[in-house]
Amino acid sequence: MAESTQLTRHIESYVDASSSSPSLQVASLNAVASLVKTDVLPLEALVKELGMYLTTTDDVIRARGILLLAEVITRTESKPLDSATIHSLVGFFKERLADWRAVRGALLGCLALIRRKSVLGIVTSTDAKAIAQSFFQYMQVQSLGQSDRKLCFELLDCLLEHYPDAITPLGDGLIYGICEAIDAEKDPECLMLAFHIVQSWAQLYPESSGLLATYAKDVFDILEPYFPIHFTHPTNADTPVQRDDLSRSLMSAFSSTPLFEPFVIPLLLEKLSSSLHSAKIDSLKYLRVCSSKYGAERIAKYANSIWSSIKDILSTYLGEPDFSLNIAPADGIGFPENEFVVEALSLLQQLIVQNSSLLVCLIVDDEDVNIFFNTIASYEIYDAIPVQEKKKLHAIGRILYIAAKSTVTSCNAVFESLFSKIMDNLGVSVSNIDSSANGDISSSQRVKIGFLYLCIELLVGFRELIVGSKEPALQYVIEHETCCTMLHSFSSSLFNAFGLVLAESADRCPLDPDTYIGVKGLQILAMFHSDVFSMQKSIFENILKKFMSIIIEDFNKKILWEAALKALCHVGSFVQEFHESEKAMSYGSLVVEKIVEFLFLDDIIVPFSLKVEALSNIGMTGMKNMLTSLQGMRKAVFANLSKVHTDLRSSEIAVQLLECYSCKLLPWTHENGGSEDFALQFAVDIWSQAGNCMVSSTSFEEKGLLYALMKAMKLSVGICSVESQNLIIQKAYSILSSRTNFQLKELERLPLSPGKYNISLTDEWIISLFASVVIAVCPKTLIPNIRVLVNLFIVTLLRGIVPVAQALGSLLNKLVSTSNSAENSSDITLEEALDAIFNTKIWFSSIDILQRCNGTSNGKEIVLTDICLGFANDKLLQINAICGLSWIGKGLLLRGHEGIKDITMTFIECLIPGTKSSLPFFKDSLGNTEEQIQDPLVMKSAADAFHVLMSDSEVCLNKKFHATIRPLYKQRFFSSMMPIFLQLITKAYSSLSRSFLYRALAHIISDTPMVAVLNDAKKLIPVLLDCFSMLTEDIQDKDMLYGLLLVLSCILTEKNGQEAVTENAHIIINCLIKLVDYPHKMLVRETAIQCLVALSELPHSRIYPMRTQVLQAISKCLDDTRRVVRYEAVKCRQTWASMSSRGLF
Amino acid sequence: MVSGLINANPIIYEKKERRSRTAPTALQDEYAVEPIDQQEIFDHIRDIKDPEHPYSLEELKVITEEAVEVDDQRNYVRITFTPTVEHCSMATIIGLCLRVKLMRSLPSRYKVDIRVAPGSHATEAAVNKQLNDKERVAAALENPNLLDMVDECLAPSYY
Repeated sequence: MAESTQLTRHIESYVDASSSSPSLQVASLNAVASLVKTDVLPLEALVKELGMYLTTTDDVIRARGILLLAEVITRTESKPLDSATIHSLVGFFKERLADWRAVRGALLGCLALIRRKSVLGIVTSTDAKAIAQSFFQYMQVQSLGQSDRKLCFELLDCLLEHYPDAITPLGDGLIYGICEAIDAEKDPECLMLAFHIVQSWAQLYPESSGLLATYAKDVFDILEPYFPIHFTHPTNADTPVQRDDLSRSLMSAFSSTPLFEPFVIPLLLEKLSSSLHSAKIDSLKYLRVCSSKYGAERIAKYANSIWSSIKDILSTYLGEPDFSLNIAPADGIGFPENEFVVEALSLLQQLIVQNSSLLVCLIVDDEDVNIFFNTIASYEIYDAIPVQEKKKLHAIGRILYIAAKSTVTSCNAVFESLFSKIMDNLGVSVSNIDSSANGDISSSQRVKIGFLYLCIELLVGFRELIVGSKEPALQYVIEHETCCTMLHSFSSSLFNAFGLVLAESADRCPLDPDTYIGVKGLQILAMFHSDVFSMQKSIFENILKKFMSIIIEDFNKKILWEAALKALCHVGSFVQEFHESEKAMSYGSLVVEKIVEFLFLDDIIVPFSLKVEALSNIGMTGMKNMLTSLQGMRKAVFANLSKVHTDLRSSEIAVQLLECYSCKLLPWTHENGGSEDFALQFAVDIWSQAGNCMVSSTSFEEKGLLYALMKAMKLSVGICSVESQNLIIQKAYSILSSRTNFQLKELERLPLSPGKYNISLTDEWIISLFASVVIAVCPKTLIPNIRVLVNLFIVTLLRGIVPVAQALGSLLNKLVSTSNSAENSSDITLEEALDAIFNTKIWFSSIDILQRCNGTSNGKEIVLTDICLGFANDKLLQINAICGLSWIGKGLLLRGHEGIKDITMTFIECLIPGTKSSLPFFKDSLGNTEEQIQDPLVMKSAADAFHVLMSDSEVCLNKKFHATIRPLYKQRFFSSMMPIFLQLITKAYSSLSRSFLYRALAHIISDTPMVAVLNDAKKLIPVLLDCFSMLTEDIQDKDMLYGLLLVLSCILTEKNGQEAVTENAHIIINCLIKLVDYPHKMLVRETAIQCLVALSELPHSRIYPMRTQVLQAISKCLDDTRRVVRYEAVKCRQTWASMSSRGLF
Repeated sequence: MVSGLINANPIIYEKKERRSRTAPTALQDEYAVEPIDQQEIFDHIRDIKDPEHPYSLEELKVITEEAVEVDDQRNYVRITFTPTVEHCSMATIIGLCLRVKLMRSLPSRYKVDIRVAPGSHATEAAVNKQLNDKERVAAALENPNLLDMVDECLAPSYY
């Protein structure tokens, strides 16, 4: 009983809409629906319970009652119902359609019943018919509100879709009903349904049925005003229906039956000439779809007028083609995108596919085309053609292209008629082709550029036809078609003709369309698939030879040269991609090998950079070509390396080659899955060469070659597998130990004494090269004799050889630590290495060691960190040591090792002596040293060491070179350093120390990800501002200044930072005002002004006092030298000036 | 605005495309100077809203780029604007808007001269005189109603 009272309450709360909230109503409805769904409450029982609500004379309550029942049925769609229940429900709702006050519920009920799935019990077709009849009898659709109208249309749509057989017999009644319902509908959502209803209706009847024919005109009269869809609703994402949806829906309605043809096509043709953009576009689209639906026969009679419209549109909207080979597509001629042109051409293609004979006749017999053929014959140079004729040329070109690519028949027809005509005009005819077997166009013959242009379009179209026909059967067919045989007989003449154009245009101005036409023509000719259209091998080879002769001889005609290279690349990629084995052979021998030989030709005239460019571009056409190019490149590199001492030029050449190898060839090979063998070979070869030739060097002052070699070495090693890396490093080690003046054995003896060794230039080279191998290896690679290497690196880094320091950093970054020594394969652990670095005594004979060094040693032996602190009293040595230590630190920082703490403390100690003792966690040493300020240069390098630590380096310790990188290491470092620095800055008594502390901190802040910085915004802002005033002093620091300013602007715009900003608004504004006229960097000024704009968002009371000052400063910026700054200044001035009026309200 | 639109149905012209400029890159020359030119001044005033219609002065062809004359060396700018109808009483307001906008956007070294295109307005001389009289402009800007109107026309459209 409790249940039934609860049910009553739910029902009442729903039915009595005035007293309960909408959410409550939905809740009650859901409750009732779930009762029915779970079979607690049978539907019959619900109907009984509703009882009076369904039949009462109170309109409002009756409407709600019926709606409740309908909603419940909608929500329980998945519940099986027996046919008797359905029948009685249909009977009820059908009757209720007459009740206009409660019509919503009735519509919803009918709809829910009609939509039921067949397994769960469906409405019988008699019932469906009854619903339809009742609908047409009672409903006045257009007098209802939008949502009810939508329901009506949904109901009709469902009826047509699910019960076509039941409602077909309604005949006239059905069509009248539909017409009446949709007439003058304006709501987009309803229209979508309405158009679909028309479409379904038209497909209901066979074409022959008289009924459809009788009413087609009436139905179309209703649809016609909607074309073209004019849509004023905003086109944002939340509107349910977009213009395009509506337009597509109307299009399917238009094309639903061929019987609409007499009305639709004339309308569309008329609208084609409209000036309204959408009308034109839609007409073209509709024409295409309708003609495919209506069939060739019905469209044939309009062909003439459609054809002339297409011509019109093409001649109006087709732009000037793009005659630059760099951005043009690989095949075909690139035109600027234009919607009209695209649609018109696809319409033309549709028509040709449908009825090729008719359309080709139209094209061939067209008077304009024929007249044009006569006029164009007289032009020899593209630029001499008048603009109007050019337009025609492009339009006809496009038409021929479409005609050739659409179907085999159309292609044949076009070739037979127009192509032969073109060839006639060019002076080769079918008749004389046999007599002069090689089809020579005698050189006295004039070039007819227009015809050649058309030839390209035709050939491109023909080529696409072949590519498009994937089935082998069709390919077989094409092989014996007219177009193929014709092209066969004419191909050598075409080759000659295009060659002639090139020859003639070669001397003319740059960016010549004629050049383009010549190159493009030859390129297309070379790019036909040989299994379908087998061109004579000789022609293909001639084309390649032609291009190669341009590459070798015409290097000073930049455009032509680049065009030829591009064309060669396209041909190369094509040959590789489609496995044209025979052509690939020719290509390999005629192009790739020639280009490689070209490298060795020792003529001074051709700039070497062009040779390298040609080689890399040709290499990138395919893996096989790449391998050949790489081989050639290698030979050339070593040939040049071996004569470095004697010939200065060969050093330059080697640098260029190495640069190309590391930046282009190697990455390409790696990305395209080439094997690493080559990289391995290359690295090993460099080492052999290093062993052979670098011993007696005279001209090694030139560092460029060393850097190029190192880069190539690093990248080669980086992409090799561990095994190959092992090989390389073994080789390198053997060279290192045999070829340098170092006795590696000696380095094991302690203390190290750097003064003993005389490092020659050769040694420096070999050690640097060795360092680059160490930088690039994987952690798993076995590096021999690390202990000695560490000592070697320490000794050399004190000489200021930076790569060595980087190598040491990389080494530490990748060594395995003791804690997981099980997998340790090298002879030394991380801890041991660190111990070696930091505790190895270094012995100096010539330098007086400062007295403050604690007296354990004999006064001449100190460790690395002591050198950093200046115990050796040699500034240069100290700076070198600091630089080395920074790279070591970077290696540790990246892997998240604790050792970084000591290293940073050393740097800080350099910046502000006595720190170690004052900070709580460094209480041990140096308790009583007198404090001594370091030299400014030393302090600067210590501060800049933080830049090394924090910035991402390209040369080492990155992903490419297999570094161990701990996630979020920058954030961790930042948050551990921040408190220390803040504390030190407040304590620093000397202004010099303080300024370098700021500098170090600035490095840390600007390299830390912004998210981490934002959390500490409050504490940072005062420091940031001090940094600004410190950095403005030196021009050298302008980039750093900009980096910091970006941090500030980020804080200003971020929610997190704003609170901190508000407190400091005054000082921030004061500081920014100083930066708005910073003379040395435009970006600083611009950003500072933008920051001021952002600051104007702060609470009024905070910033208003600063207004005058800001305005004064900004008015100066209005006269800045740079435009961008002036624009920002105007904006800023506007915001700050308008502040007063804002204050009034 | 119930009645009394001076030009109820103005012709709307297409906006000129905004040309992007190639600024000298930082690497090239940090200290390069880009003088204030015609296009820059036109960019300042093209978006001023017409006092009557929700269109910009550019769309109504009240001002064009060619109507801006500038001599950066001599600190001189002259704007010639064309009211949409001859008896337009808004001409002074438009002129005032132009003057205020340029006052706010140009460095103070400039002398700005604003005039109605010859023959385009019934009381051409009077309008020209009024617009270039420093004191009358200052007085006009003291009038809160006028100032509101000007500010509304100048309100940046990107907000």
